[in-house]
Amino acid sequence: MSSTYNFAYLDEQTKRMLRRAILKAVAIPGYQVPFASRDMPLPYGWGTGGIQVTAALLGQDDVLKVIDQGADDTTNAVSIRAFFARTAGVATTERTAEATVIQTRHRIPERPLHAGQILVFQVPIPEPLRFLEPRERETRRMHGLADYGAMHVKLYEDVARMGRITTSFAYPVKVAGRYVMDPSPIPKFDNPKLHDCPALQLFGAGREKRVYAIPPHTTVESLDFEDHPFEVQRWDRPCGLCGSTKSYLDEVVTDDRGGRLFCCSDTDFCRERRDRMEAGR
Amino acid sequence: MYVAVKGGERAIRNAHRWLAEERRGDPDLPELDPAQLREQLALGCDRVMNEGSLYDPDLAALALKQARGDTVEAAFLLRAFRTTLPRLAASVPVETAGMRVTRRVSATFKDIPGGQILGPTFDYTHRLLDETLAGTDAEITPAATAEQPVDPAVPRVMDILDADGMIQPEPAAGDGEPTDLTREPLLFPVGRDAWLQNLARGDEGFVFALGYSTQRGFGSTHPFVGELRVGTVDLVVEPEELGFPIVIGEVELTECEMVNQFLGSKTEPPQFTRGYGLVFGHQERKAMGMALVDRALRNAADGQERRGPAMDQEFVLYHSDNVQASGFVEHLKLPHYVDFQGELETIRRMREAAAPVDGAQGAGEEGGER
Repeated sequence: MSSTYNFAYLDEQTKRMLRRAILKAVAIPGYQVPFASRDMPLPYGWGTGGIQVTAALLGQDDVLKVIDQGADDTTNAVSIRAFFARTAGVATTERTAEATVIQTRHRIPERPLHAGQILVFQVPIPEPLRFLEPRERETRRMHGLADYGAMHVKLYEDVARMGRITTSFAYPVKVAGRYVMDPSPIPKFDNPKLHDCPALQLFGAGREKRVYAIPPHTTVESLDFEDHPFEVQRWDRPCGLCGSTKSYLDEVVTDDRGGRLFCCSDTDFCRERRDRMEAGR
Repeated sequence: MYVAVKGGERAIRNAHRWLAEERRGDPDLPELDPAQLREQLALGCDRVMNEGSLYDPDLAALALKQARGDTVEAAFLLRAFRTTLPRLAASVPVETAGMRVTRRVSATFKDIPGGQILGPTFDYTHRLLDETLAGTDAEITPAATAEQPVDPAVPRVMDILDADGMIQPEPAAGDGEPTDLTREPLLFPVGRDAWLQNLARGDEGFVFALGYSTQRGFGSTHPFVGELRVGTVDLVVEPEELGFPIVIGEVELTECEMVNQFLGSKTEPPQFTRGYGLVFGHQERKAMGMALVDRALRNAADGQERRGPAMDQEFVLYHSDNVQASGFVEHLKLPHYVDFQGELETIRRMREAAAPVDGAQGAGEEGGER
């Protein structure tokens, strides 16, 4: 563990500032709380928001898991896990069940989370209305007035033009019946897991300087229409490695002749199932 | 052919070792000492200090060496170091009228009290490659020293105009601490202190291009260089426990004051307005660009019609930071296969729905393992 820097890199004043912002975020589910994001030694857009939230949460007894695209061994997850192993010296794990803090990019683990766990999302663009309205002053006003007409019009136009809502990730949700929130670029497949989750879910956007939260057991609805209900991705085949029919699948190009392998994006979930199959044999 | 799917620790480690080899280059050539960069690539170091937001020529040189000459990457290294430093004190505002100038020019008056001082400048050089610099033994003819030293205090040209009441008075500085964007979130609309800090830290190319755009009609400045000066100033702090000011060191600065024509309004007489730029080191392009954008932003804040991106606070301030910009653009290199899979699924479903009943499925559906 490096001694040049404070525990978990950030100084204690910065952590206190972050914790205050996080508490406010928990108190107002789905509301984007501005915070004084720091320059971090990893690039903006590579998880600086998530890293700052994680740094503010970590204690010496925490067990950290970091995933990117659902996997523990993707390069950026490896890099962030190594960062905290180096600056905080905390225990790390690849097992979802054992982790107290899970930092993630683009996925929610398949295994249901339990009370006491915290899921930290890395968020590139926290504002769900950003691509409808580029100006921050205007989008904050829209949230203040719960003026979400533009979002419904966008979804309606999708249906009118394409026959379906074409957003496949970062699918907007309404949290606790009030704020429309960007769940970060998780596939819409993961949206149902946001709802009534026993774990605390925190979202950190470093470059845009916002944190927001879904407290445990909060109502989270994916926006839809009565005649076009929300639906998630599905595959015509099970995972090629563990046979799961209930997980999000990665498509792996296996050769240059059109060969494909579909396998779980959540590597821990897949491994666990294969271990169990192995043991049951 | 098999495509490796997931990277790992070993790949990262080896990639970084290879990077270190590439950084060193041909081992038959002598390794660079950061001090050489500090002395001989000083303007590059100055840029790194500005965008890295930390005045430390030695660390800027080290960062430039570590970053293989990539100034944006070097600024990033400096920022990540700066963010861990404690705040010991805030200096009192620097007094640029007391600057020990090495260069000072005005385009608005032929002669000015204190004189025009060209100093070490690229201006008026012919941009012809100098073959004598191709080796390492170029002879240097020393510059002649002036008979009289430069005045210790060189009055600012703006103050001369100001005395005639020709220039719009600046609002007095507030009592409060100025905004610090590295300690507070950016919330709009922001005050001038915040945008000046943002511009000083901003990417030179971006700030300069925005300034340029105001000269080409995407804005409303009609600028003259009232004064451009380069030199060193003392940094003074007044610790509460001491009760009197002490000099803790000096920094080199480039200051630019642009003068702009203002034809008057119902409430104000015709007069000149100003735009201000102040940056570390010798960075004239940056200081001038900053002064132009400052004026454009003030015009917008004063209610003038917005005529270009330079007058749009959110556009300027959100996109000026190259450490943020490079991070976010370059994150597109990170894996996105989960999201891409979501898009693939959507497109395939839509093609299925659109295809005739006997139509072929997407190529991706064929040949997979079942």
